Amino acid sequence: MKGGPQQGCTRTSRTGYSTHTMATEARAPSLVTGRKRPSALSIIGLILVGLLLFWLAINFVKTPTQFIDLFFLGLSLGMVYALVALGYTLVYGILELINFAHGDVFMLGGMLTTSMVVWFGIDQSASTGKVAVSIVPMLVIAAAFCGTLNVTIETIAYRPLRNAPRLAPLITALGVSFILQNVGLVWKGSAPVNIRSNILPTGDIFTIGSAAYSWKQLIIVLVTIPTLALLVWLVQKTKQGKAMRATAQDKDAAAIMGIDVNRTISFTFLIAGALAGVAGVLYALYVTSVSFDTGFRLGLFAFTAAVVGGIGNLPGAVLGGLLIGMIEQFNNGLTWHTPGSDWTSTIIFSILILILVFRPEGLLGERTPEGG
Amino acid sequence: MARAADSRLWRALGSVGLTRERWERWPANLRNGAIALVAGAVLLPLIVPRVRFDGSLYIGYAVLVVLVVQPWTYLAPRWWQLLGRFGLSHERTRAWPAWARHGVIWAVLGSAWLVLIAAFGGFNASAIVTVLVIGALVVPPWSDVAVVGRAIVPAGVLAVVVMYPFYVDHMFTMPIFGSFPDVFTGVVMLVFIMMACGLNIVVGYAGLLDLGYVAFYALGAYSVAWFASLQFPQQTVHFGAVGIDKSLAGFHISVWLLLILAAAITSVGGIIIGVPTLRLRGDYLAIVTLGFGEILPQIARNGDNFLNTGFNLTNGPNGITPIDQPGFGERISDVTGGFLPASYPACCTASVLGHQVNPNDIFFWTAVVLLLFTVFCSWRLRDSRLGRAWIAIREDEIAASAMGVPLMRTKTWAYASGAFFGGIAGGFFASFKGATFPGDFIFNISVFILTMIILGGMGNIWGVLVGAGFLAYLNQAGLANTGAWLNDHGISGFLFGKGTQIDVPLYASGIYGTIILIVMLFRPEGLIPDRRRQVELHAEETHDESLYEVTH
Repeated sequence: MKGGPQQGCTRTSRTGYSTHTMATEARAPSLVTGRKRPSALSIIGLILVGLLLFWLAINFVKTPTQFIDLFFLGLSLGMVYALVALGYTLVYGILELINFAHGDVFMLGGMLTTSMVVWFGIDQSASTGKVAVSIVPMLVIAAAFCGTLNVTIETIAYRPLRNAPRLAPLITALGVSFILQNVGLVWKGSAPVNIRSNILPTGDIFTIGSAAYSWKQLIIVLVTIPTLALLVWLVQKTKQGKAMRATAQDKDAAAIMGIDVNRTISFTFLIAGALAGVAGVLYALYVTSVSFDTGFRLGLFAFTAAVVGGIGNLPGAVLGGLLIGMIEQFNNGLTWHTPGSDWTSTIIFSILILILVFRPEGLLGERTPEGG
Repeated sequence: MARAADSRLWRALGSVGLTRERWERWPANLRNGAIALVAGAVLLPLIVPRVRFDGSLYIGYAVLVVLVVQPWTYLAPRWWQLLGRFGLSHERTRAWPAWARHGVIWAVLGSAWLVLIAAFGGFNASAIVTVLVIGALVVPPWSDVAVVGRAIVPAGVLAVVVMYPFYVDHMFTMPIFGSFPDVFTGVVMLVFIMMACGLNIVVGYAGLLDLGYVAFYALGAYSVAWFASLQFPQQTVHFGAVGIDKSLAGFHISVWLLLILAAAITSVGGIIIGVPTLRLRGDYLAIVTLGFGEILPQIARNGDNFLNTGFNLTNGPNGITPIDQPGFGERISDVTGGFLPASYPACCTASVLGHQVNPNDIFFWTAVVLLLFTVFCSWRLRDSRLGRAWIAIREDEIAASAMGVPLMRTKTWAYASGAFFGGIAGGFFASFKGATFPGDFIFNISVFILTMIILGGMGNIWGVLVGAGFLAYLNQAGLANTGAWLNDHGISGFLFGKGTQIDVPLYASGIYGTIILIVMLFRPEGLIPDRRRQVELHAEETHDESLYEVTH
């Protein structure tokens, strides 16, 4: 797990950020490939997925209204998960580091939002127009704040350990996560910070039966989709995005080709932090309650989402986020043989463990030798 | 504009003899110190009217100046220069035998410490005795006095620990940290040290990052709780339990047997968790263990209606209480002449060395015995074939595998061994507290135990003992005492506005986070490093240079 062979292994097997449009790179043979996965495992996995679908289908038939309602809720929450999961996946893609502190950066974004709501004067009551006008600067400020914070963390805490054994930055990330949680604790106290619950308009856009899709939920989508489009454009079309992909594939080769690796990594942290900031604003306005330990739990769920989609894979993170958001909501709200919200963490972490055991490359990711 | 102001400033300073040339000739730390002094002199009058005025203001100011000046880098050469004048140059002292050097360091630090204690008003004779005991352990070259000598330091430390309940009431008061921890706190500290030793096997020896160690702790605690409480009143099974009425419902099995059972159950748990996950790479493994560490406490929390079957497995958030406490029974107690108590809670009438022995003392000594067992096992394990295989895997998994080390089996054994001690510690702790609650098993505890071994030095038993002892003390009493000291002396008020009271234990996790960050950045091998690990950590800096530049 350390030293030369690790580096060698890393270099041959890196997949970098894989997206649909990117050509798959040729993979050099590795020491650990060639172990055939027993098909019994895949069969068990398929049975589990089958049972899950069966459970969903029965629930849909029994309580269709509730099911659709939860689907919409899950979709909105899943968007937030997706934004946070993208941060994990971006950083993992480039540094192979699980950035434990990412969830807490998101939390601080949410905390900042609760303050900004007061600054912009929409905390008591405000016209829809005023809310609409304030939301864009709020997103920009939160994105800038969290991006800067993330870059600072990278510079102070992770960069000095770039060449250390790989568990060292992971442990450091844990420490940073705790420090950020306590920043939130000092800043806003230990009680959850609540804001006005109807800042985002709560009216319904359309209803299916009696299941309603609200404006609140649409706004999440209206913010998330352009953000994702911007991200895809950044990674796919810009020079900096190209540098990111190159660095993710092979840092040394990227450096030889004249890419400033440190700057590229900082840039990646900036984007990841900015996404967390956007997610923080959306979460705070949608859920209307943020507490200092929100980031830990939600961060782990979002990490699970990144793993489900295939870590390092950008569309995978979005897919995983949506899936995890829906699974959480279905589990909280469905009635037929449903464990209920007491068991949410258990279910999400079981999914994490099952995915890592059965399909470590995730749903969309490619099979990597180290993953398996 | 700025330049004009700049030159005007220098002209003004030059007129009092401080020209720019002279200033730039000063050493950097002296310059920083001067700036800090001036800045402080300007800022203090601004702050003073707003906060309660007291001496702590100037202590804070002095600390700030000292931090900025960094006199140690500046003073060290001058210190040796000064000593050189008296014939004690650095070269000459380096040629001294080790005991002489240690003696000088001990004398200087020991007297400084005594002065500090006296200054904080906590001085009594015990302080001098403490310094003498430390001197006797540290100064003489024990390790050179043949095989017997090597045992003297551990034996001395053990004696100091075992005698603790006898002298704790007569100890001096420490500056800032307050009085020494009482025996109850001592038991908790020993339990946490034991868990740290267990986790050290997994993380320190085998290099597998386990972020869910609390799961084993919980499993151990519940294993004892199930079979030594009223949890399952449908059954009435008594076996070797002491001090329990025979007609009491539920399982009541001897706590000693249950500790073994708890160890076995957690080891099996470790294997069950390990087998599917251990082939994952290091950071995935960390996440999976974290997942298990979150799942098990949630099962404990929701287990009062297990899987909606109505079966009460864990009594949910109310926890299982009371739990039977250990004891040796009348017969063994009589045979040993009362040395082994018949029942811990009903103990004791004896007065030894003028000290009335109470149940906490007995638990303390039992914890010492369990810790000794743990330390002995981890020491022997490290040098065993298995232990060397762990270290080989830690250093290079692929090379170890190529040399014929079976990866899966070796890693699983590391998990099982680590879980074993976590189970014993958890079980003992549950019996000691007489209760177990799901709220005791949060993620922070896992990281807390991890911080202990990181601070002490991963892989080094002495380091883990010291790091775990210190942090467990901080967690149990030290942070609260420090907070009280800060509040009593108006420092919290000075830092955060008048009348503020800081609840220091609330920020415990932030303090651990800071400790982790500082240790990982500046001394990744820990306070007392494992020599092998130190080489590993620093070899990276020379061998594995990457092509692009990393600015440190």
